Amino acid sequence: MNLLIVLLIPFGLAAAAPGVCHLTNRLTGWLLAAPVAALTVLVAAWGPDVWREGPRLSHLPWAPSIGLSLSFRLDGLSWLFALLITGIGALVTVYAGAYLGAHPRLGRFYASLLFFLASMLGLVLADNLLLLFVFWELTSISSYLLIGFDQEREAARRAALQALLVTAGGGLALLAGFVLLGQIGGSFELSALFPQAATVRGHSFYGPILGLILLGAFTKSAQFPFHFWLPAAMEAPTPVSAYLHAATMVKAGVYLLARLSPLLADTQAWFWSLTPAGAITMLVGAITALCKTDLKQILAYSTVSVLGILTFLAGLGTVTALEALAVYLLAHSLYKGALFLVAGAIDHETGTRDTSQLGGLRHSMPLTAAAGLIAALSMAGLPPVLGFISKETLYEAGLRAPQHAVVLTKLLVVTAVALFAVAGAAGVRPFFGPPQAPGRQPHEAPVGLWLGPVILAFGGLLFGLIPGRLEQAVETAVRAVAPDRSVQVRLSLYHGLNPALMLSALSVAAGFFLYRLHARYPGPIEPWPALARLAPARAYESALLALNRLASWQTQRLQSGYLRSYLLIIVTAALGLSAVPMVMHRVVLPLSLDLNPRWHELLLGTVILAGIVTAVRTTSRLTAVASLGVVGLGIALLFAWLGAPDLAMTQLAVETLTVILLVLVLYHLPDFSRLTPARGRRRDATVALAAGGFMALLVLIVNSTESDSRLAAYFLEQARPLGRGCNVVNVILTDFRALDTLGEITVLAVAAVGVYGLIRLRLHGGRRA
Amino acid sequence: MRSLILVTASRYLAPLLLAASVWILLRGHNEPGGGFAGGLLASAAFALKVVSNGVAAARRALRVDPHWLLGAGLLTALTSGLPALLAGRPFLTAGWIAVPLPAAGSWDAGTVLWFDAGVYLVVLGAVLLIVFTLAEE
Repeated sequence: MNLLIVLLIPFGLAAAAPGVCHLTNRLTGWLLAAPVAALTVLVAAWGPDVWREGPRLSHLPWAPSIGLSLSFRLDGLSWLFALLITGIGALVTVYAGAYLGAHPRLGRFYASLLFFLASMLGLVLADNLLLLFVFWELTSISSYLLIGFDQEREAARRAALQALLVTAGGGLALLAGFVLLGQIGGSFELSALFPQAATVRGHSFYGPILGLILLGAFTKSAQFPFHFWLPAAMEAPTPVSAYLHAATMVKAGVYLLARLSPLLADTQAWFWSLTPAGAITMLVGAITALCKTDLKQILAYSTVSVLGILTFLAGLGTVTALEALAVYLLAHSLYKGALFLVAGAIDHETGTRDTSQLGGLRHSMPLTAAAGLIAALSMAGLPPVLGFISKETLYEAGLRAPQHAVVLTKLLVVTAVALFAVAGAAGVRPFFGPPQAPGRQPHEAPVGLWLGPVILAFGGLLFGLIPGRLEQAVETAVRAVAPDRSVQVRLSLYHGLNPALMLSALSVAAGFFLYRLHARYPGPIEPWPALARLAPARAYESALLALNRLASWQTQRLQSGYLRSYLLIIVTAALGLSAVPMVMHRVVLPLSLDLNPRWHELLLGTVILAGIVTAVRTTSRLTAVASLGVVGLGIALLFAWLGAPDLAMTQLAVETLTVILLVLVLYHLPDFSRLTPARGRRRDATVALAAGGFMALLVLIVNSTESDSRLAAYFLEQARPLGRGCNVVNVILTDFRALDTLGEITVLAVAAVGVYGLIRLRLHGGRRA
Repeated sequence: MRSLILVTASRYLAPLLLAASVWILLRGHNEPGGGFAGGLLASAAFALKVVSNGVAAARRALRVDPHWLLGAGLLTALTSGLPALLAGRPFLTAGWIAVPLPAAGSWDAGTVLWFDAGVYLVVLGAVLLIVFTLAEE
């Protein structure tokens, strides 16, 4: 129960954010951060309970008939993530207030940011796979809104769309994988699936499930070759990059891999798909990062590299690897969040993020510099910061890999060396050397801008000095991923003179050399010129282009823009699709017609027919409209007489509104005349008569056959006792089938917005596609 | 050109139509009516205002943008499912409270009416969004 409330608080905050912004423009960041900070404390306080008593579960049925429930699970893994999400979320909320200042769309920004926070929290707390998928897609959508926040810039819009298409596309694969998993396991609840791990791994669907889920995880966590959306997403405001695209959202894929490890890991397929993918990603990311000069691009590619390392570790799957995964994840979130926020502060104060134009900032921005330097130490893996410990455990994991340990460790060392140089370029160089002269004189950033990075960076330092305090948390997290293995975590700065320490020393020396070498080439470097044409980003562009071409080709074929041809296609298709099965199934036609119409029904029928004939034959538009109105009203009256007053009422209202709409567009319509040649008119008449005749036949068949549906009887019987209403139609709409109705009104709203968009596009002289 | 007859008539007709639409919404659970028919009737009231007094006047009478009605309606319908959820039952399960009436007996207030009010708002918003935009063309 209280886990649901943890989610409802940030969702509520997101809804309230625009109002809060409206009332208190300058203090918004602090005001909104306060409840998030309180949430962090609440989550943190649950930690000891989780360590002692195991996972905390809560369950609420949502749509039980399809296996969807609001079930949540707080275990060591989700606790670690939840703490990062809320804690860094609070700091970023403060930071964004200072960073964006009095931005006119600040309210919308905070609404999207907090909505993301809530969705991400839901993602890591969900115990139901379908629920997890819902939150997964919600994070993609809020990420879309946040990347495209500067909606006037085309680059931002493109990057937002790219991130959405890549991650939501992967999300669809993920859903398919989840559905298969649920089919095998008979449940979508993780708690119910975990005991069936052996069944899942032995099932013939294991391969497809693994492939689909990995597609979802790899796109979300920017694994090669899907990594390209992440650097492009740097179009987002810097607080967003720090929060979504370094600390939290991009780790969702890694989280999923860890979460599903008890079900899917420990197979050769798992090892051979995750470890190589992670290895390629960490190398490509680290090397590309060295070639960039834009601070955010450097940080983005190094994030890609770290995500590769985390995937690599998940692939190894040993207890040591999982321990390294947890520690590295924590260390990275702290230092990368800090470095992004530092980059934002530098950009805010100097107006540039180009490392070749930055230098000597430690004098003018001492606090920001301190945060940047400590974060860089952590990233480089130097003592006494948490990054050092995480790199040590990383080497341990490589050395103890179940297979190919030597090769894998070498790859890790190469990555660490490159990341060392990247840390220097991003976190050290802007603050040292001769002060450069960018456009203006930089000053120390305001408190909102340095508080976040300072806390994150010093957090990394603190945990480096007292790593013992992390042991319980890491141990519980690893136990959540590997439940049936004995886990004993010991974290300290000095483990004795072991191979990992030797490798550390080696990589620091090599990294320092690389850093000095790199400093001699200030400009940006094109990393893979020969391969540029094969770059995944190019493939994305061409795929999108091809899709658009296909769309416009089929639009030209199918969409003539004339209502008459649409009607013809729709009516013919409906006729064919319903007549063919009837013929195939040899539906018996009613032979005896026992209609016995009463005189007023006959009269009404004649009036309706007269209206139709007039509408068809008239040469005046007003007459046509009026006679169609007669037809409509006649049908409404028929409904009323035949005992369907609801339908009659709705039909009446629709008729009225149709007339009003026609009046509104009357002046815009072309002259009312006969444009279609006689042959076309004969064809239309045939189709119309056939469709009408078919409908009449259908009604007769339905009335003459005994229906064995128990549904109607059920609804009629239960409307009063269960639905507490006498109007059965309304009880069905609002109670028995309320979920359907909710879907329908959603479609209605979307359609209305679509019509609005089309009309406005025409108004503003928009070009026709 | 404004027709004096239409302007005068709509001054009395529009409020009547609106009141009727609410009445239809409220009685919907037991007698013919409901959110859909009610919403259509309410849109007819504003559409009448568009024809008689022009779009600007109709927009002023509505006070909020039709877009807003769409969102508000969807949220209303959505939130009507939450009480059931908090009570530990499936989403959108109807819940009822007997409200004692001052005179005699009681009236069953249910989440169903809240849901239907959402339908009403969405229908109103959707129709007016299209009518207003067309009328402004």
